[in-house]
Formats: sequence, C-alpha cells, structure tokens
Amino acid sequence: MATALMTTPTQRPADSPARDWVERLRADGPEGEAAVAELHALLLKAARFEIGRRGAELKTRGGDGEDLAHQAADDALVAILGKLDDFRGESRFTTWAYKFALLEAAVKVRRRAWQGREVPLEDEAWRTLADAGAGAGAGRRAEEAELFAALREEIERCLGPRQREVLVAVALNDVPIDVLAERLGSTRGALYKNLHDARRKLRHALADRGFDLGGGEEQR
Amino acid sequence: MKRDRILGRVLGPAAPELTCEQCFEELDRYVELVVAGAPADERVPGMHAHLDGCPACAEDFRSLRDLVTRQED
Repeated sequence: MATALMTTPTQRPADSPARDWVERLRADGPEGEAAVAELHALLLKAARFEIGRRGAELKTRGGDGEDLAHQAADDALVAILGKLDDFRGESRFTTWAYKFALLEAAVKVRRRAWQGREVPLEDEAWRTLADAGAGAGAGRRAEEAELFAALREEIERCLGPRQREVLVAVALNDVPIDVLAERLGSTRGALYKNLHDARRKLRHALADRGFDLGGGEEQR
Repeated sequence: MKRDRILGRVLGPAAPELTCEQCFEELDRYVELVVAGAPADERVPGMHAHLDGCPACAEDFRSLRDLVTRQED
C-alpha cells in the first residue's frame, strides 16, 4: 500500500477500476446516478461498521441502529457530493469517503446514547479530582495530592466560564464533545479550541507554581 | 479514573497539535500511512498529539483504521 500512495491519480487502485470516482460522480444521467448509488452503498457499509462497534451504547437507549446507519449514509453522501473539489487524491477515494460516514455514524450514536441524559455537574468533577488526590497517600504521592489540589484551584481561578465548562464536561466527566456541542449550539472544533486554550492556561499556571508536568499524554 | 488518565485528559498533550478540522482533513491520508507502516507521524505533524488530546477524533481514527484494515484483509 505504500506504493499505492505514491501512484498518480490515474493509477489509483482497485476502488476506482475504470474511471475516476470524482469524474463518475459528476457525470450526468444514468452514469452519475449509478456512481452515486454505488457510493451510497459503500457509505452504508461504513456506517453499519461504526454502529456495529457501538452497539452497546445504542442498546441501552433502545436505538434503531439500521435507521441511524441510513441517516448517516445519507448525510455523508450529501457532505461528500458538496466537497468533491476537496478530494486531493492523497488517499484512496473510498478511504476519504469512509471518514465522512464514520463521523456521521459516530456522532449520531453518541447523541442518541446521551438523549435525555443530563450533562454531569461540576460537583462530580470535583469529587473525581478529590478522589484522585486522596488516593495518593504518602511520599512522592503526597506531591500528587498537592498537584490535584492546585489543579482544582487553577481550574476555578484562571479559566473563563466556557473554558471551565468544556474542560469539566469533556476531560473530567467524559461527556462526548459532540454531545456537548449539540447542547451548547456549537461545534466540535470550536469546543476543542476552548479545551485546548484551557489546557494551555492550566499547564502554564501549574508550571508557574513549580509543578513538573512532564508529557501528561494519554494513550490512544 | 486513574490519576495519570485524569492528568492526561485535563492537561492534554504538551506537543503542538492539529485542530479538529485539520485532523479530519488529514485523517484518510494519515490512516493509510499508518496501515502501510509508513512514518505517519513524520508526514502529518501534530496529528499524534491531537489524537492524544481529543477523544472523539481518536475514536474516528481507530474506526477508519480498523475499517481500512478490514478491507485489505
């Protein structure tokens, strides 16, 4: 596949055997309609794949996975047809297209799973931090208790209301960012910017207080 | 939540990272590089840090990687 990535668009592999996907999707009449139907079938397959992975989230809410898969495929198709000019040919067309279907499906499942659920309040986040600090114990761990206490203070002191709201919900209370975006009338990207800025402020504030934060990175 | 995980989630990655929009734009290329065993993090700087910091984009990455891998099996 490394070789396939270095080929020219006209040599693109098996997913566009005869003519380029983009060209076929733009064609008028039966040829274009056939290409759109073919693409929709691929998007539906990807959406079912994603919803299948998230079956447990949906089952607890009594969700209809097949209905969501069709909605996700339909929405992905509309998005793709509106963004054909953005396809740069740096991956296979199907890989590019799949990401739209997976995103639509994942967002729909997250939102369905959280339908009717309240976003947890700050109190629960403070308990999380307090528990983490209290579990620390003696010696080196006492420093961790101090760090968590300082973290809570700085979350309250140096963050703006929106930054604190997003940080507490997403980073401490595990609210999916797409669910929060829907509740706040925002977007994933805008809220992540709030989260990013909040994290940067906290890192600086804690470093100024002499804490060695290291990488602090989470495993994928 | 374990303490390290809490710190990781609250403080996020220390390294410069892409935005969610940039991540989505590069995701297909990045996934194909990863699946091919190519140096994806060199070719798409900031992606690894973003996936460490953004749980939703990290889930999207894993889904696309697994779907593409399955197509190739």
